[in-house]
Amino acid sequence: MTTYLAAAPTPVERAAPAPILVATDLKKRFGRTEALRGIDVTIGRGEIVAVMGPSGSGKSTLLHCLAGILRPDAGTVELEGRRIDTLGETERSKLRRSSFGFVFQFGQLVPELTALENVALPLLLDGVSRSDAEARAADWFPSLGIEGLEHRRPGDMSGGQSQRVAVARALVTGPTVVFADEPTGSLDSLAGEQVMELLSAAVASSETTVVVVTHEARVAAYAHREIVVRDGRISGVVAA
Amino acid sequence: MSIQHAVLGLLQEGPRHGYDLKHLVDRYFAPDRPVAFAQIYATLARLESRGRVALDAVERAEGPDRRRYAITEDGRHELVRWLDEPLAPEPHLQAALFTKVVLAILSGRDVTAIVDSERHAHLARMRELTALRRSAPVPIGLLADYALFHLEADLRWLELTAARVDDLRTNLKLSTEDHP
Repeated sequence: MTTYLAAAPTPVERAAPAPILVATDLKKRFGRTEALRGIDVTIGRGEIVAVMGPSGSGKSTLLHCLAGILRPDAGTVELEGRRIDTLGETERSKLRRSSFGFVFQFGQLVPELTALENVALPLLLDGVSRSDAEARAADWFPSLGIEGLEHRRPGDMSGGQSQRVAVARALVTGPTVVFADEPTGSLDSLAGEQVMELLSAAVASSETTVVVVTHEARVAAYAHREIVVRDGRISGVVAA
Repeated sequence: MSIQHAVLGLLQEGPRHGYDLKHLVDRYFAPDRPVAFAQIYATLARLESRGRVALDAVERAEGPDRRRYAITEDGRHELVRWLDEPLAPEPHLQAALFTKVVLAILSGRDVTAIVDSERHAHLARMRELTALRRSAPVPIGLLADYALFHLEADLRWLELTAARVDDLRTNLKLSTEDHP
């Protein structure tokens, strides 16, 4: 019960949003290390939630379990009321493509492709035609301040520009949830701030949920609330 | 804020009345906490007695006299000296926070609980500042940024302290025994 309270929204001028991603009693072990020791989290539609905690606390493992990248050893993960932790690898892979977007610390753009092709990639993998995919991809460039960079390759862009391309790629499929793991970790303060401003503005209009793992408080301040993971459990229990 | 230097800086462009200076100081340097007129007049009197500003004109219209001040050569030197010299790099130590953490360590309390509640409060404030920065005029946005970085620094210090709490506990106890 107390751990559930930890994940309760802070009273900041927001009504409690409808739950979209619900994890119950998540446990995950790597060899003898217990990365997650029973975590309950409820994340609402349109919420931006920061996951914080010391290195090795289990915050990335939590993100990976919520995103269907890892299967928890015990506990459940539901997306819009549907169990996703029990799905096989193929189905989870499909789910990740259709419902989730990802931004990692290093953009992980394909170096041989242009910015536009990188953004269009998730659509192509979903079977959208090349011309449609590139047209939809191009729509994201102005709102992320990367207009004019469509035909650059990742090697010819700054870290901040690459990361904004990665944000566009995460958003292009219209995902239900965007997972970001230290999205500003490789950027300086200004570029990091721009990425967070653009990401939060981009999701605000579409009610997209964002789960962002970060150790930077200034990044976490873009979230509506924070979840703190310590030793594989939710910490930071502060009654609202 | 060094009001003396703020006033000298504002007089660089040309002579001004105390009334104008008060509003300019508020706008550029103290948007969150306006200074009192009395403070501006006291500052001008102090600068005048040190020869850094001089009375430029007294205008007699209706109501009280309006005294206009100009920066002197000494005033310009002082301003340049102050701008060129680095400030003493004193940490913006939050005395209460520091005391709280040291007491928690000494008394064997759970420091992570303090970290968690401080983080929660800090982040709530940082969210407000982040939102404020988007809509605020530039001076207020800059102040919000400044506050955000300092609040983040507090949190980083707290996190580090929590991570080292066992060592600190041993050492703090030793030091009280060494220096009764």
